[in-house]
Amino acid sequence: MDFLQYFIDGLYIGAIYAIIALGYTMVYGIAKMLNFAHGDVIMVGAYMSYTFVSASGMPVYLSIPIAMVICTVLGIVIEGLAYKPLRGTSSLAVLITAIGVSYFLQNAAQLIWGPAEIGFNRLVNAKPFLLFDGKLRVSPEAMVTLAIAVVIMVALTTFVNRTQTGKAMRAVAEDRDAAQLMGINVNRTISITFAIGSALAAVAGVLLCSKVQSVSPTVGSMPGIRAFTAAVFGGIGSIPGAMLGGMLLGLIETLTGAFISTQFSDAIVFLILIIVLLVKPAGLLGKQVQEKV
Amino acid sequence: MSDYSKKILRVPTYSLLREQDADKQPVLVANNLGIDFGGLTAVDSFNIAIGPTEISGLIGPNGAGKTTIFNLLTGVYQPTRGAVLLKGIDTKGMQPSKVTRMGIARTFQNIRLFTDMTAKDNVKVGMHKDIRCSFFSSLLRLPSYYKSERAADEKAMELLEFMGLADVADVKAGSLPYGVQRRLEIARALATDPAILLLDEPAAGMNPSETAELTAQIRRIRDTFQIAVFLIEHDMNLVMNVCEAIAVVNYGKIIAKGTPDEIKNDPAVIEAYLGKKEES
Repeated sequence: MDFLQYFIDGLYIGAIYAIIALGYTMVYGIAKMLNFAHGDVIMVGAYMSYTFVSASGMPVYLSIPIAMVICTVLGIVIEGLAYKPLRGTSSLAVLITAIGVSYFLQNAAQLIWGPAEIGFNRLVNAKPFLLFDGKLRVSPEAMVTLAIAVVIMVALTTFVNRTQTGKAMRAVAEDRDAAQLMGINVNRTISITFAIGSALAAVAGVLLCSKVQSVSPTVGSMPGIRAFTAAVFGGIGSIPGAMLGGMLLGLIETLTGAFISTQFSDAIVFLILIIVLLVKPAGLLGKQVQEKV
Repeated sequence: MSDYSKKILRVPTYSLLREQDADKQPVLVANNLGIDFGGLTAVDSFNIAIGPTEISGLIGPNGAGKTTIFNLLTGVYQPTRGAVLLKGIDTKGMQPSKVTRMGIARTFQNIRLFTDMTAKDNVKVGMHKDIRCSFFSSLLRLPSYYKSERAADEKAMELLEFMGLADVADVKAGSLPYGVQRRLEIARALATDPAILLLDEPAAGMNPSETAELTAQIRRIRDTFQIAVFLIEHDMNLVMNVCEAIAVVNYGKIIAKGTPDEIKNDPAVIEAYLGKKEES
């Protein structure tokens, strides 16, 4: 029964990682860059939700759309100001800029909301379901989080496969120059990708802070790095891969923490990552790309 | 705009179509076009004018700058000198996607299909500019989404059928045989609704019967869509057969222009391909 309990907890945090990982993987797949500021967009989303909830007393779920809109705009602005001018330069320059953006967001948040942790309201205020005579506790919030993650994944997959904008995204992901010569506006497509990734970050931010019940300027960094790991684990660039990677990472982290050692849980997570990448360098669901010579 | 001394073909002759072209503005004009890479002049004083329904060819030895010229015409490279006029409009400073939407489409020497997508989806990517359907109407599945999606589907199938690809519509592009991929690239280019179609070595890697089929297909493209075709090709049989006008480049410069017969007997062309005859 303990195992089942930890399994559910693992899925809960895993679902949050998965939503963050989806943002990483979409941006990487289409813009071919690692947006290390993604974790901090999550933090901004959470603060936005907090601000609106504490100012107007609205329930947390109503603040999600507002946070999404603000983060979408933020994502487009970051992309336009910081990354677009560097398109076509070395990927290292873009990577370092992303780290710079990350620090900028963290410090801006510190200036606005202060460095201390602030309490965050729960998304769902309901008693956990007790199963098997109270031996198994399933919080409604965990279920809502899981459901949101699944809905997001299905919606994203449909969007990318079925819509014309989605097709343009896949075309840009596969061959940017050829896509351009088919009349696809690459800059616009990349902006849309950032917009979607940032909207997802806002959702993840609210879910994450609702789970830990606090928000601070660095709340997004560690989950951001874990989710990035999850995206690589599942195969970066792949939407189902990000989902699977996030869930697995959450499970491994929780189960090793519970049954082996909390102190070593991170070490074990990354050890497993290294082993997976040694065996399958493209990640679990990633496509093995043969370099043409 | 009627500077026909610059037209590839000096005198419109046997083909009715080209007589039609004679008093129309050329669809594509390159005016004194040139590009330098660092200190190296890759293309210089390239002048050409292509009629709205002309099939013309660009030939020359390897490394003569043919693909560079295609890249200049499609806006992939910005010219160092000169200008490209597409339907009379200077394309200077435009993004390649904008140039494409203005009416120029191309295929690639080394096939660049979106290998992960089906043949039909590849064609639909080409139709990107036609399908005006907003993010929300496609997410919410509004009627306008279905309408534009159905129209796109029909047009894509028509194009696939036209190129003889209807039976592979749902096959991933990457798993198609080579010759089929080449045809799919043409279908995808046609989907952008071009006024001029640039083909970069369309017969490369094809066997003689496939090449013969392609020759007929190129004519059919011109006749059906009433567009111009401009092609780079090493297969002289195809070039001499299908092109009404030919420009020959070597070291980035045009060394001859004319009808296939004129080109075949041009001493400069023979020299470029076979080397100079020894004086003895």
